[in-house]
Amino acid sequence: MARSSTSTSKDAQDLFRALWSAYSATPTNLKIIDLYVLFAIFTALLQVVYMALVGTFPFNSFLSGVLSCVGTAVLAVCLRIQVNKENKEFKDLAPERAFADFVLCNLVLHLVIMNFLG
Amino acid sequence: MATTVVGAAFLLLLLLPFSISQPISDSHRSAASDLFNKISPSLEDAYEALRVFEILAIEKKPPVTTDTCHTVLENLGSSSSPLKDLFYALKVSGILKCDVDGAVLKKIASRLKATVHDASTLLDIYYSVGSLVLIKDQDSNVDVLLTDADEIFRSIKALSQSDGRWRYSSNNPESSTYAAGLALEALAGVISLASSEIDQSKQVSIVKNDIAKLFDRIEKYDDGAYYFDEKFVSGSEHQDSLSTTSSVVRGVTSFAAVTSGRINLPGDTILGLAKFFLGIGIPGDTKDFFNQVESLSFLESNRISIPLILSLPETVYSLTKKGQLKVKVNTVLGSAAPPLTVKLIRAFSTGAKDSAIIDSKELQYNQNGGFHFLDAFPKNVDVGTYVFVFEIVLHDSDSEKIYVAGGQIHVPIYVTGIIKVGSAEIAVLDSDLGNVETHKTLDLAGNDVVSLSANHLQKLRLSFELESPRGRLFKPHQAFLKLTHETKIEHIFLVGNTGKKFENVFDFLGLVEKLFYLSGRYEIELTVGDAVMENSFSRLLGHVELDLPEAPEKAARPPSPPVDPYSRYGPKAEINHIFRVPEKRPHQKLSLVFLGLILLPFIGFLVGLLRLGVNLKNFPGSTVPATFGFLFHLGLAAVLLLYVLFWLKLDLFTTLKTLGLLGAFTMFVGHRILSHLALTSSKLKSA
Repeated sequence: MARSSTSTSKDAQDLFRALWSAYSATPTNLKIIDLYVLFAIFTALLQVVYMALVGTFPFNSFLSGVLSCVGTAVLAVCLRIQVNKENKEFKDLAPERAFADFVLCNLVLHLVIMNFLG
Repeated sequence: MATTVVGAAFLLLLLLPFSISQPISDSHRSAASDLFNKISPSLEDAYEALRVFEILAIEKKPPVTTDTCHTVLENLGSSSSPLKDLFYALKVSGILKCDVDGAVLKKIASRLKATVHDASTLLDIYYSVGSLVLIKDQDSNVDVLLTDADEIFRSIKALSQSDGRWRYSSNNPESSTYAAGLALEALAGVISLASSEIDQSKQVSIVKNDIAKLFDRIEKYDDGAYYFDEKFVSGSEHQDSLSTTSSVVRGVTSFAAVTSGRINLPGDTILGLAKFFLGIGIPGDTKDFFNQVESLSFLESNRISIPLILSLPETVYSLTKKGQLKVKVNTVLGSAAPPLTVKLIRAFSTGAKDSAIIDSKELQYNQNGGFHFLDAFPKNVDVGTYVFVFEIVLHDSDSEKIYVAGGQIHVPIYVTGIIKVGSAEIAVLDSDLGNVETHKTLDLAGNDVVSLSANHLQKLRLSFELESPRGRLFKPHQAFLKLTHETKIEHIFLVGNTGKKFENVFDFLGLVEKLFYLSGRYEIELTVGDAVMENSFSRLLGHVELDLPEAPEKAARPPSPPVDPYSRYGPKAEINHIFRVPEKRPHQKLSLVFLGLILLPFIGFLVGLLRLGVNLKNFPGSTVPATFGFLFHLGLAAVLLLYVLFWLKLDLFTTLKTLGLLGAFTMFVGHRILSHLALTSSKLKSA
């Protein structure tokens, strides 16, 4: 049993190491987007924790704050999909065009968010 | 308590068919001084004021000025002044003793004599004859005697009707009682002015017959007051019953004064007329006041029969004070009566008319006070309301012809006294067995209060005894027990009696519904009151803490407390605007901590960027793309700043307008820089 548990943890470590090494091969620009997505999700999580602590009173503010983060994250994921060179589907799409879409969508999203913030 | 007695007495006076009139007293005199206080230009008003003051012997002179005599002389001097003005001018002059020249009076007398002959209306004759009589009284040198008195007598008599009333003129078919009074006065004047004896035996007896017929028309109130009423309404001026009666009294008494022999009118009628005038009280109108006082003065000294008025200074006799029951007998104007005795024929309780408590007792006379009194009440007289029957017996048989005293006079008398209240106790009993739980003795005369407690399974018993001064059962008009809850809801119960004992038992089990299931403190108040009870009381006995069961759902709600009627006019209740209660806000520190925590992912992001070795090497090196790149970032920053401003203060329209401009700019520069970058990267690829 003990042997199996150590082997399991070892397997897990091996697995993570393999994942990490595979991930290290990702281009830097994609890593930046990943980092950005993580930042947005963590910010959203913090807001959820805050809401759980003090209540939902300015509910629209909470919603707009969380949705702003989630929306940003989703848009960033979309950008990542379009920018990724491995994705043959978007081969013809220039990354600059994708970035321009990302910026425009963010601006529209935040206009709505600001309107909803109250 | 005094008000209760007066109120009850007043009520009884209204209900009982007899009343006691008081003769004219000082209250009339002071009322006259108040009433006749205005200077009136009319001589008629001035005469009325002067006459009232003269009759009532008021020291103070009425407000007539020296101008009044001037007006009198002016009226008398003018040959065209109306007869009515002449008449009143002479009357005023008679009282004020204005210095009228004899020659003027002679001139007027000859004018009046001529008028009397030609006059066709009753009023003209009345004023002319009246004026002539006045001249005769004021100046004996003027020849006022009528040579054709017989003829004038006939002309007046020609206007009389078969029912005793008179017409105002020969061409006016309407007959009037008021006119009858005027005609009788005029006839009296004619008789006194006659130069030779009128054929009295015949003419006068006819007029006396007319008077008797006129008195057949007299009307009667229930209290024995007689009066004349004018049925004739279509005439020029309608007279009310006071002035009509007054006119008849004036006419009849002056006619009686100048004729020999008696006019046979029943004494009761004359007394009834006196009662009518006295029953008016104190009139508020000068005309009514004059009519009342003048008529009473005629009745005071008339030749038919002079009414005597029996009055009582007070109709309440207190058994505790042991005072005297005083009776006064006066003439209508309050002068002393001839020697007489007042007899108390009978006295009976209003409840038992058949059993007399006093039988035939003679009242003693107090020479100094001028009143008759009953010194001691018999021992069997208890508190209550009684009717005393008095009779006036004149000593002199001659005065019996002159005076009329009326027969038996019924007077309501209130005998009051202190009621003994005893054996008062209050107890709380157990409902089923009747065991006494708490028992307290009360002193109802004192002020001590008791404090009790009971529940709905118990009973409250209150009992006391009432005893009249003679030791008999006394049943008061009011015996109430009032329970007042803290919430001001009141319950009133009648206290019944069995014999002397008054008892009320509250079975709370049966009363819970009536008490609206309201538990708590109830104040107990007992009210015992009666018009003849000198020690009527209404006092707080104490309080009882009641423990009642919860109200079932269907139970009646207690009524809302009565609204103070005066509160309608007071300030209105303040209006409290209800705002939305602000939501609970978190502690400020907590919010600030989380604001700091929000920065953590951002710092993590920046650290991550540094570890990834991000740089700005891709930023274009040449000037034009670099400018565009810079402007693009500036545009984005401006848009974000605009959003912040939108959140803070701008409205949507301003924001959208500015956003349109910024968006276009950013799009332009963004397109330039991004296409430049795309161009560079495609060059790199192809290379």
